Amino acid sequence: MTVRRKSATLHLSVLAALVALFFILPPYHSGNLSRIMVLAIYAMGFNILFGYTGLLSLGHAMFFAAGMYGFGLSINLGGAPLPVAFLIGMASATALAAVTGFLALRTTGVAFMIVTLMFAQTAYLVVLYFGSYTRGDEGFVIQSAERMIFGIDLTTEGARYVTALLLFSACFLALARVIGSPFGRTLVAIRENEERARMLGYDTGVHKLKAMILSGLISGIAGAAYAMLFGYVGATFATVQYSIFPLLWVLLGGAGTTIGPLLGVFFMFYLIDFSSSVTTAYMLVAGVVLVLLTMFAPQGLMGEMRKRVFPWLP
Amino acid sequence: MEFGPHLMLASLEGAVIASVLVLTSMGLSIVFGVMRVVNVAHGEFYMLGAVLAWYVTSLLGGHPAVGFVAALVVAPLLVGLIAALSDRVILKHLKYDADRTIVATIGLLYIIQQTTLMTFGPDARPVEPPFNHRLALPWFEFGEGGFAMYWPWGLSTTSYKLFVIAAAAVVLVALWLLITRTKIGLIMRATQQDSETAQAFGIPVGRVYSMVFGLGAALAALGAVLVVPIQQAHYLMGADPLLLSFIVVIIGGLGSLPGTVVAALLIGMSDGIISVFFSPTLAKILATFLVAMVLVWRPQGLFGRSAT
Amino acid sequence: MAAINILETKGLTKVYGGVTANSDVDFTLPTGKITALIGPNGAGKSTFVGMVSGRTEATRGQVIFAGRDISALPAHKRIQLGIAYTFQITSIFPRLTVHENVAIAARRLFGKKPAILASKITAALGKVDIADRADQIAGDLSYGHKRLLEIAMGLVQEPRVFILDEPTQGLAESEVAGFIALIKSLAGETTILLIEHNMTVVMGAADWITVLDQGMVLANGTPEEISENTAVQAAYLGKTDA
Repeated sequence: MTVRRKSATLHLSVLAALVALFFILPPYHSGNLSRIMVLAIYAMGFNILFGYTGLLSLGHAMFFAAGMYGFGLSINLGGAPLPVAFLIGMASATALAAVTGFLALRTTGVAFMIVTLMFAQTAYLVVLYFGSYTRGDEGFVIQSAERMIFGIDLTTEGARYVTALLLFSACFLALARVIGSPFGRTLVAIRENEERARMLGYDTGVHKLKAMILSGLISGIAGAAYAMLFGYVGATFATVQYSIFPLLWVLLGGAGTTIGPLLGVFFMFYLIDFSSSVTTAYMLVAGVVLVLLTMFAPQGLMGEMRKRVFPWLP
Repeated sequence: MEFGPHLMLASLEGAVIASVLVLTSMGLSIVFGVMRVVNVAHGEFYMLGAVLAWYVTSLLGGHPAVGFVAALVVAPLLVGLIAALSDRVILKHLKYDADRTIVATIGLLYIIQQTTLMTFGPDARPVEPPFNHRLALPWFEFGEGGFAMYWPWGLSTTSYKLFVIAAAAVVLVALWLLITRTKIGLIMRATQQDSETAQAFGIPVGRVYSMVFGLGAALAALGAVLVVPIQQAHYLMGADPLLLSFIVVIIGGLGSLPGTVVAALLIGMSDGIISVFFSPTLAKILATFLVAMVLVWRPQGLFGRSAT
Repeated sequence: MAAINILETKGLTKVYGGVTANSDVDFTLPTGKITALIGPNGAGKSTFVGMVSGRTEATRGQVIFAGRDISALPAHKRIQLGIAYTFQITSIFPRLTVHENVAIAARRLFGKKPAILASKITAALGKVDIADRADQIAGDLSYGHKRLLEIAMGLVQEPRVFILDEPTQGLAESEVAGFIALIKSLAGETTILLIEHNMTVVMGAADWITVLDQGMVLANGTPEEISENTAVQAAYLGKTDA
């Protein structure tokens, strides 16, 4: 089987498994899986920039939050219909990513990390500052009545799962396509040796900007989806913690692999779910996992698999 | 209170903030200067200093001054040791690779912070200052008979706050002497300039790194011990100092020590003054955004040397 | 169609702070020939070539390619016009396979047609004789093979000008002979600019030689003319590594 065929089979199997799980799992776990799939979209968005292009942003929460607030505020303050609100969420995140890209991509390495972190902090503080509209840390709820599309109530378990799965599948397959395309391969070349890529005739600046915008867009879709399916918008999602999470998920699952992000979210979700039943200090787990990963398994789960067993793994 | 006295009050508050900030950001700057490592867990070492100070003073009891002096010695020492240990176990293993080090220090941040949450708890706990006398401050105004001094109500500071300012200055001078006049300081500067050559000359670079990392953390902890009688110890108190130290080090230039001092004074004073006159959130928004823009246009900071 | 000189520079100068690396270099590169750029260490050869390719920004002067002034163009645009460049210190994608390395170089031109892309890659790998290593990780190759890989990456772009910065440095004698044969086989397909220290290669492969010394052009001529040039001999006195 060619690599392309093997990859396609793998991807479709993952989606098929997600469909099957809906029927197998009890409601508590299928509810979790809905959340996991939405967060996996966020992780995949982050993976484009970090895993494939090699740029570590510490500020991605601002894109997630832009999608979330774009959606939530459009409905609650603007009275927009749901599909329009979703598009506004996507557009907000994309615009923010473009602006951030223009500025932050003038720097590299450590400076880039700090700049993205600072921009995200600014965004968070702005959300707090305009608390009269955004309700700050407390956040606001989007009524169930608003969360209906074509007459289907999105708040039921079934509708939620299906919507999350549809959104995840769309992003998953679209991104897999991008990774396999010449554009995606060039991103990898930039990650591996940017100077060489430049001297092979590639406009690396434009490529990085496009990667940033795509990454922001996908992260925004996740944010808008989260607000849409779980009915809550809050400033917590704009904090540094929510910029660290995708890094953690992608590192755990395998940076630069297509199914790594989903796996990373899945494992981390249940790890934290378990630890928070034991202690309020559940982020300790996140800290320990991060340190162990960077020290002993920087490639993550799928990355190690690719290194040792399946070199064709996309 | 009128504007003049109000400004003086704000300036004094700013001076206290600046004093603590100088120590904290010096720690971050030294670590980056010598090791080229950005320690995201730096704020947690600060927090540990405050928390350990609380433990020491609670254990010793008696006159607050006794506990405080003990804390002043014990807390930075302990925190320095913890940091040196982290360097040996974690950072050395990563061979100080820039990306992986940052991620590892993020993990370290959560480990320290959450462990403190589990043991110390979520509450803020006060530490009594060793001495605390209210000192009313005079203000001047033009009267019919020339200058007249009066004491506006509300314009005061405490003897402890003045002590903090003095203590920071003393530590700064001691640090400067250490770096420029002692053999250890020379070794540190040599390692900063060219670690490979330093190693060729027999300098144990690995041990220097651990020592420097420990020193950086100890300075932050020292700053926290000084500030905890004013502020209270809390497990989340490391976040703001981390952000401010970052701002200072970036404005002052990553690795430039004189730049760090100047920037700390600037940022500390303006943070204090803006917070008194305007909204603290707005001050933070401006500061954060401005720092990002400085880095975008001048990646080496305002005073630093170009590239690396 | 074919101009006499495919590449020219006029007054190309590079000043770093107080140091002048290149001073008013007027240079011509004859089309379809193999030109060697030689000179003692520190003569400014790599800096000059850096300015031609766009890697280094010139302090002043012009670079003209196929009759067009490209002085203001960034490096990647110049490469797109048909200049290929190999680094003095081999620069490839070490964690990717040999095949993918060449594919990255080729995709810019042939990425839209997978069948053609595949055949171009195979041809390039075959030309430098590393086709049997296509699936190896590039970083695991021997130094000599990495050099060949870099040349394959240049060739697959079907460049009009191929700049090679000290390509034989670090190669064993047998590999050098193979390299000379490879270079000569390319003559006519492309124009080659070779920075070289190895005089065997220079005398064996070059049609034309330009000598740089202290950032300026010292002499131009055929290999015979240059080897008899006393000024060149003086510049090299005590500095040759044959």
